[in-house]
Formats: sequence, structure tokens, C-alpha cells
Amino acid sequence: MTEGFRVVEPGLLTTIQDMGRAHAVAAGVPPGGAMDRFAHAAANLLVGNHRSLATLEGTLIGPRLAAARHCLLAITGADLDPRINGAPAPTWTSLSLEEGDELSFGARRGGARAYVAVAGGFIGDRWLGSMSTNLMTARGGMHGRALIAGDVLAIGETAWEAEAGRTLAPDARPRYSEHTLFAIEGPQAGRLVSESRRDLFNAAFTVSHDSNRMGYRLQGPGLEARGEELLSFAVIAGAVQLPASGQPILLMADHQTAGGYPVVAVVVSASMPVAAQLAPGDELRIAETTLADALAMRAAQRSALDSLNS
Amino acid sequence: MPRPRSTARVRIQVHPLGDTALLAQLGSRLDTALNTRAIALAAALKKRRDVRQALAAHGTVTVQFDPDQITLDALATAIRRLATRRPPLEEPGRLHRIPVVYDGPDLEEVATELHLSRRRLVELHAAPIYRVFLVGFVPGWAYLGPLPEELVLPRRKVPRTRVPAGSVAIAGQETGIYPLESPGGWHLIGRTSVRLFLPDSDPPSLFRAGDRVKFFAATE
Repeated sequence: MTEGFRVVEPGLLTTIQDMGRAHAVAAGVPPGGAMDRFAHAAANLLVGNHRSLATLEGTLIGPRLAAARHCLLAITGADLDPRINGAPAPTWTSLSLEEGDELSFGARRGGARAYVAVAGGFIGDRWLGSMSTNLMTARGGMHGRALIAGDVLAIGETAWEAEAGRTLAPDARPRYSEHTLFAIEGPQAGRLVSESRRDLFNAAFTVSHDSNRMGYRLQGPGLEARGEELLSFAVIAGAVQLPASGQPILLMADHQTAGGYPVVAVVVSASMPVAAQLAPGDELRIAETTLADALAMRAAQRSALDSLNS
Repeated sequence: MPRPRSTARVRIQVHPLGDTALLAQLGSRLDTALNTRAIALAAALKKRRDVRQALAAHGTVTVQFDPDQITLDALATAIRRLATRRPPLEEPGRLHRIPVVYDGPDLEEVATELHLSRRRLVELHAAPIYRVFLVGFVPGWAYLGPLPEELVLPRRKVPRTRVPAGSVAIAGQETGIYPLESPGGWHLIGRTSVRLFLPDSDPPSLFRAGDRVKFFAATE
């Protein structure tokens, strides 16, 4: 473990994330982890890491980081206009930095969350098997909080270094600009009145401003479900809950582990990277798909990542 | 020929949750026997290599699986087969005795709504040994029940945006303790100094599903 970067400016909300702490949900702890698992895994693979090592997740406004030593890094996910020493830097590509080089970000051009991986991985506090930052409990990552100016980011040792200039082909990257989330009916979809079922899978929704890593409130036509109150059950990221207000909530990485609201749809795994790249104010649609199509989309994403695994 | 066991007649519904998870529903009532079965089913499923996570709730199990190793239909069939097994005799869960100062901001209103004196309300709440049906929602929160029938009432119409940690609350057929300051829609009848979320332990929760909880009235 060595000093890798000094945080010059933290950005809006930059946190250390890995694949989360799935087993901690039995104690009510959110699973957490990178919101966009595809971008997170791709960034790691581009620099020769295992896909589960910790990356930085920058939100809307990226950080400004000064390299304390030579390293190999990759930036994936949202296009937040990354720059090396002020000059535009390519995304989805491994880049070599020398001591004193500065990584910064400019204006948001598309997407919401950019991932920075470094060869060896970022090192943060490990809590319940994961370095992911959990803001609610103030645990994991950089002492359970977002980065602040002056933080020093440690990075792990590498046995070998992948080469600079490795890239993920543009057609293998998720189409973040297509704001359609494919979903399968949820267990309580039958509770929706018929107009609401139609609206759920046809109408446009807007990600509200009180959306965060726990979930997105979706503003659109009010939806109505009928039936008795449910006993709470364990939920997953991608579940679309419908509270009595009629405004659905899409659960994201830091979701509450159980809930008693009807789950009227579940966004399929291959659409979650696109969901992770939506920002407050963005418009989206939920489109019904089949299990077979969902698995085909999933397989396509996996083979895109596998192409980097050599 | 031996007659088939009545337990073979469990009707279990399996719903997809997207492409990598499913919800197995054993029943929809608040029922200890049902919860015991759900916990046993989750434990059996966790041993499978194609299952990533299985979490029991009141009468359901949420299962995350690897679709590269098993299809949803094949897993649903396996779950129906597992659910016909007689659940193992459950060891009595650990018993926690929790001191409560019954001075919650909703105590008066709840007593009025239920046509009970404050004293009777406290007696009723502190009388049963509750079961931990599941731990979930926020870190360390446990759904405890069933409440005595006299105490059953719906959630608050307008949830609070801020409930202090340690608040003891009731809603529906259940009671619980807010482990962290959080928003909440349950009726606050008291408070406890016992810590439920233990971030430096693994698991980080005082309560586990199947545990038993007895409240007693305390003064500070």
C-alpha cells in the first residue's frame, strides 16, 4: 500500500466503492457498492485489476486529484470531461500518469457517475467485507464519508502492470443516452389498476431532486395500487416500489434492505448501469421485457467485459 | 403405505424479481410457524452454489441467484421441493430483555385511539415475549411481533422525517426499535438505551431472526 493521490478538490460526491457487502443485508445493512457495476468492472479490467477492487465513484462534478507517483488509471462511466494536466483525456481507456500529474474534470457531458480505477486498486477502510463507503452508517471507504480536499488516497501493490492505451470498443459500452430501463413485472404488479399498469410501462418519468444512492423517486403520472397492507419483505436494487403517494421509487445500491410497499416492476440487471447514470431531472421510461431478452442483454454485457479480461 | 405428511401441502408462490432474483412466498399472514419455515428455506437455499443470497422475511424468501448456473424455472422447482420438507425443530432463539422508558411522543394519542389507559397500554406492550421475524429495513432494525390485538393500529398518516435512535414504536401487528435516527411512520411509545446496531460486530445487529425479545418498563 502506497500513497497514490492527493485530493485537491473533492468534487460533488466522490466515494470509494467496490462490489458491496451482500452478506450484511441479513443485519439490515444496505448492500452498497458501485452504482454502475459495468463501468466499475470495466475500469478495473482496463488497468489489469480484478473487477472487484475499489474504484472512485465521482458524481456529476468529478474530483481533482494529484498523482503522488507513477500509476496506470482508467476513467469509465459518465462523461464528466476528464482531463490530465488540463488536456482532454479519453474515457474507457487505460492511461499512464507520472508523479505530479493532475487528473481533473470539467463540465458534465453525459451520465451521472464516473469511475476512476487505478492499477492495484484504491484502499479504504474495510467494513463487513467491503471497502464501499456507506454514508448512512459512516463506515467503509474513506472513513465512511465522501472525499474532502487534503485526503490522501492509498493504492494497493501490483504484481504486474497492464499497458496504457487498452480500450473498450465504443460499441461495447452501455448506451447511457438511451434512457429506457427494461423491466419485468414485480410480484405485486397485479395490484395496479389497469390505467396505472399501462402508465407504468409507457409514460415518461422524471428522476426527482431528492434522489440519491439509496433510490430515485420517479415523478410522473400518479400510479394506483389496490390491496391490503403487506408485511415487509427483502428487496433488491432495481425494484420499483409503489408507496401510497403513487410516485414510484426505484431502489439503487444503498437501498433499505426490506420494505412493505408493493413492488410493481423490477429493472433487469443489464439496465442497471443506465439507471445508475441518470441524474435528478433526467427523463426515463420503463419498458416491459421478457426474461429471455433480459438474459440476452446480460450475456452481451458480460462478453464485453470478458473481452478485457485477457 | 405411510400417508403423505400434511407439510407436503405447502402452497408456495414464486415470482420473478427481474432476471437475477425471485420472491418465494409461503404465506402472507404474520405467523411464527410460517416464519420458521421461511428461515429454514433460506438456510437450505444459501447452501446452494447457484444461490448468491437468500433472505427470509415474515413469510417470504428473497433469493438472488446466478442465472448462468440455473434458470428461474429450475430454481423455482427446487424451492417447491425444499418447501415440502418438514422444517427442522427450531431451537428457541436467544432471549433479550430490553428496558423501555414509556414516555414516547405518541403514547397519549395512541392510548386515546385504542381506548386504553397509559398504564394498560404499557402493561400490554411489555407482557408478551415477541419474536424477531426479520432484521432489515435499516441497519439493526427488527420486526417484532405479534402485538396483543388491543394494540393493533395502522401506521401514522404522515410519517415523521426524523425519529430519534432508540425510539420504541408500534404499527400494525408489530413493534420495533429505531436503531439509528431515521424517517419513520410508526407510533413512538417509548425509548431504550440498548444499542441495536453494533457496527464493530459481525453481524452488526444485536437481534437475529428467530430471537425472542421481552420489554420491561424502566425509569431512565
